[in-house]
Amino acid sequence: MSAVNDSVVVAKRNVRRMTRIPEVLVFGLIQPVMFVLLFTYVMGGAITVPGATSDPDAYKQYLIAGIFAQTVTFAVAGASAGISEDMTKGLVDRFRSLPMARGAVLTGRTLADSVQTALILVVLTVVSLLIGWRTHNDLWKVFCGFLLLLLLGYAFSWIGALIGLSVRSPEAATSAGLVWLFPLTFISNAFVPVATMPGWLQPVAYWNPFSATVQAVRQLFGNVPPGMVQTAWPMKHAIPVSIAWSVLIIVVFRALAVSKYRRSDG
Amino acid sequence: MSEAAISAEGLVRTFGDVRALDGVDLDVPEGTVLGLLGPNGAGKTTTVRVLTTLLRPDAGRASVAGVDVLKHPDKVRSLIGLSGQYAAVDEYLTGRENLQMVGELYQMSARAAKARADELLEQFGLADAAGRIAKTYSGGMRRRLDLAAALVVRPPVMFLDEPTTGLDPRNRMALWVVIEQLVAAGTTLLLTTQYLEEADRLAHDIAVVDRGRVIARGTADQLKAQIGGERVEVVVTDSAALPLAVEALTPYAIGEPTVEPHTRKITVPVTGGARVLADVIRELDAREVLIHDIGLRRPTLDDVFLSLTGHVTESETDEDDEDGDAESPDGESAAGRRAGRKKARV
Repeated sequence: MSAVNDSVVVAKRNVRRMTRIPEVLVFGLIQPVMFVLLFTYVMGGAITVPGATSDPDAYKQYLIAGIFAQTVTFAVAGASAGISEDMTKGLVDRFRSLPMARGAVLTGRTLADSVQTALILVVLTVVSLLIGWRTHNDLWKVFCGFLLLLLLGYAFSWIGALIGLSVRSPEAATSAGLVWLFPLTFISNAFVPVATMPGWLQPVAYWNPFSATVQAVRQLFGNVPPGMVQTAWPMKHAIPVSIAWSVLIIVVFRALAVSKYRRSDG
Repeated sequence: MSEAAISAEGLVRTFGDVRALDGVDLDVPEGTVLGLLGPNGAGKTTTVRVLTTLLRPDAGRASVAGVDVLKHPDKVRSLIGLSGQYAAVDEYLTGRENLQMVGELYQMSARAAKARADELLEQFGLADAAGRIAKTYSGGMRRRLDLAAALVVRPPVMFLDEPTTGLDPRNRMALWVVIEQLVAAGTTLLLTTQYLEEADRLAHDIAVVDRGRVIARGTADQLKAQIGGERVEVVVTDSAALPLAVEALTPYAIGEPTVEPHTRKITVPVTGGARVLADVIRELDAREVLIHDIGLRRPTLDDVFLSLTGHVTESETDEDDEDGDAESPDGESAAGRRAGRKKARV
């Protein structure tokens, strides 16, 4: 019980910090909004989505789930920088000297990151709706799509927590948190159809944990182009695969991060 | 004798090649204050970290309020308060939120934690700043907030790691008053400090730590007595004259002279007061040693400290050198090391 209480107390602290440093949230928003606009208006014209009609609007419908998914993975950077900062400041000694649950500092952080991710998704949804993106499915399925995105974001913030515990400075944590996200999110079905990639790269993209969530969310949003045929196994079972990947990431990285937190005693 | 509220036996902790703790033994009777005195890197903070469960020692045993630190760290955590070297407060939370958070992490209800926070803010003169984020606090205010955070559950045993380092004299005094109130209320306290004045004022007992070991233990007066009474301090104009000056001083010394080549200063313990001073001046004059400054000084804890750490430096290989009585064959090298340490401190 105290583990839940402590995590909530720490999460509350991190959410409060968020409201005191709104710049972090603002800059967290600029990047995905910029991506939505750039991909839609700059790249969009040059990318044809197989199975879609020649409607110039088609790429936009295809793209949004990918951008949403990419955005939630950026929770990594927030978590890694935040945890790293906590570890380098004296505050972590305060936490360690209190009779509190050991994992609560990390769990609290990842929960607060989910709140931030949810806020960013709300803004991003509004922007996307403004430029003409629409869902084509039952509202509860759309909602489930957002839940899958939050789950992926939560999983990735545990990766961020481990990175934050592993590097020496918050600055390094930010870059270490971000640098691998670009190949991960680009070698996927998020921005272009995997079928257009070289043959050797396609399996990588299909089995990318990130791709499963993109495909699952696209399905739940009703944004899969009607004529697009998926033959790869993870794409055909995108929803369970997405959940499985996220849960697996949480289990593995949570265990690694908590044990590292316990051992990192200077 | 009351029971030891804090006790440690043979604590050892290494970081790579560095033996940060090399067999630290301590005991602090209930309701008393032990001052852990030593330079940077002596092992003070490491000792506190071990006793507050932040760090596991490689060897040794420790208990706090009768609870084994290694076997029941969680239980220990509910009995101690820690205020570290760096104010451990969240800069982006208000003073009240900081204290309330700590209270809630001690498993207090939100309401009880808030009430306790307000009480502490009042007590520490932070009531007016309670709703401001800690980032806007001055250094002294942050330290007080940090100390308040350590007191949320009124722990019977407190650890203060260099509580006044970096504070201006006014804030230091103010914090001393707060600490004295704590002690008056019966809290057992382990305090680390680099300031001899601070240990002198706050601690019942002082343990001098150097290179991971307790090298002397006693009250401030006992420690001062241990290195003798008065001392003559001479600063020569030319460092080349140092050996001559030492020669001139030696007949009057009742202990080993210490030489600091950097400052061209020689210090010798003497008895006989001002008369000796006059004799010494005559001797130096006879050897044509130019004197830049000379004086007779009563010992301070500074002297105790320098004298003690100097001895340890010289006779590291001598296992029996516990009471600082060992021969000091080479005053210069000791002084040199000391000068080096001073430099490292800057």
